[in-house]
Amino acid sequence: MVISKHPLRFILTALIAGLPLFSFANIVSDSTKVHAETIHLVSDSAKVVTETATTTKELVSKEDLAAEERAEFIQHHLLDSHDFHLFSYGKESGHEKHIGFPLPVILWEDGLHFFMSSKFNHGEAVAESNGKYFAINHHNGMIYNTGAKGTFNVDEKHHTTNTKPIDFSMTKSIVMILIVALLMLVIFRNLGKSYAKNGGIATGVGRFFEPLVLYIRDEIAIPNIGEKHYKKYMSHLLTVFFFIWFLNMFGLTPLGVNVTGNIAITAALAIITYLITTFTANRNYWGHIFWMPGVPVPMKIILAPIEFLGTIIKPFSLMIRLYANMLAGHVVLMSIIALMYTFNSPIGSPLSFVLAFVLSILEILVALLQAYIFTMLTALYFGAAKEEHHHEGADHH
Amino acid sequence: MEGTLNLVGAGLIVIGAGLGIGRIGGSAMDAIARQPEASGKIQTAMLIAAALIEGIGFAALFAVK
Repeated sequence: MVISKHPLRFILTALIAGLPLFSFANIVSDSTKVHAETIHLVSDSAKVVTETATTTKELVSKEDLAAEERAEFIQHHLLDSHDFHLFSYGKESGHEKHIGFPLPVILWEDGLHFFMSSKFNHGEAVAESNGKYFAINHHNGMIYNTGAKGTFNVDEKHHTTNTKPIDFSMTKSIVMILIVALLMLVIFRNLGKSYAKNGGIATGVGRFFEPLVLYIRDEIAIPNIGEKHYKKYMSHLLTVFFFIWFLNMFGLTPLGVNVTGNIAITAALAIITYLITTFTANRNYWGHIFWMPGVPVPMKIILAPIEFLGTIIKPFSLMIRLYANMLAGHVVLMSIIALMYTFNSPIGSPLSFVLAFVLSILEILVALLQAYIFTMLTALYFGAAKEEHHHEGADHH
Repeated sequence: MEGTLNLVGAGLIVIGAGLGIGRIGGSAMDAIARQPEASGKIQTAMLIAAALIEGIGFAALFAVK
């Protein structure tokens, strides 16, 4: 791999210099919110001198409110949304301004409804389309059928009882998936083309990605699947690796997207892995599941359902692992950033800054590691589906 | 009460998963110290085993939720 040292050094420096900005960018609306809150607190503490007991109670409830707002902010960050919201300002002056762009909403409820999400006015208004009324629930970011007033009915367990339309909308996650798909198409098409143009040597950004592609082929695909069959699976392995890695990395930018931390997306990836494993498996694989060789007959009967369940649990654990890791990373990072509002003192900000900085670096590692593990385990399952004959012991080579 | 017991169970599983991953990491360190030339393979095996245990830990957390 030939990369001139200076651009690399520059990129690293820029990345490290930009990290605090990345970490703080998501919190802007919260900071104005909490700022206003602090002013209230200060004015309240002035009152404490004159009115004792009642104001103290008010103070406590205000603090609870601030904590609730922080929790809601983190929750909101983790959810998918119908508009691409970048940041907000002007909360304290009364009329809040949101910066971002609306996305198309496509719904099916007795006919097709198509409109831009700006109709919802950032979740505050009820959208009307062909005589139907829709509103966004703040708790889960989903669109529900409502009346013209936009009221949500809740049962005693605080579950919304309104019905939902079938939602095909272009949400923030879908926009990010399309962007990443386009990015991958451009990068890897150019990498492929550059071989022909430059006499078999990659050029440009391809020089960075070529060793990764080779690594996946030589260290993941060939040892796990075998020299004979690996080529068929390479496209899936490479796509999954770069798709997850890019989305994980986008999740660390101030765009505030959380695509791989969304269980629907990881489920889709795991289902694709499951389908490929199931439909390309040879008779050996099924033999091992339903009639395990080398064990007594009663044992074979006991093992068959367990092994069959195992084929479903494997992709299930793939799904949960990626989802939970990315979700946990986002929650911890956001909570650490929210620490400065919890402390509300000069110690809070530097502490939160240092912790968020260190954690961001760790998250960059986790982003790569999770993509690697997903690819690795996928290759392992493909290898099991294509194994030619039974080996004694765990030696797969 | 039931919810609390669930949480205790989840905590136990997370402790178990932590101990397991710690053991894997420690053993991998030992193995690499003994055979530095095989460190690549050991690392791969270590990551896979750790990921499998981690899956159990997360499954426990989701079962509670």
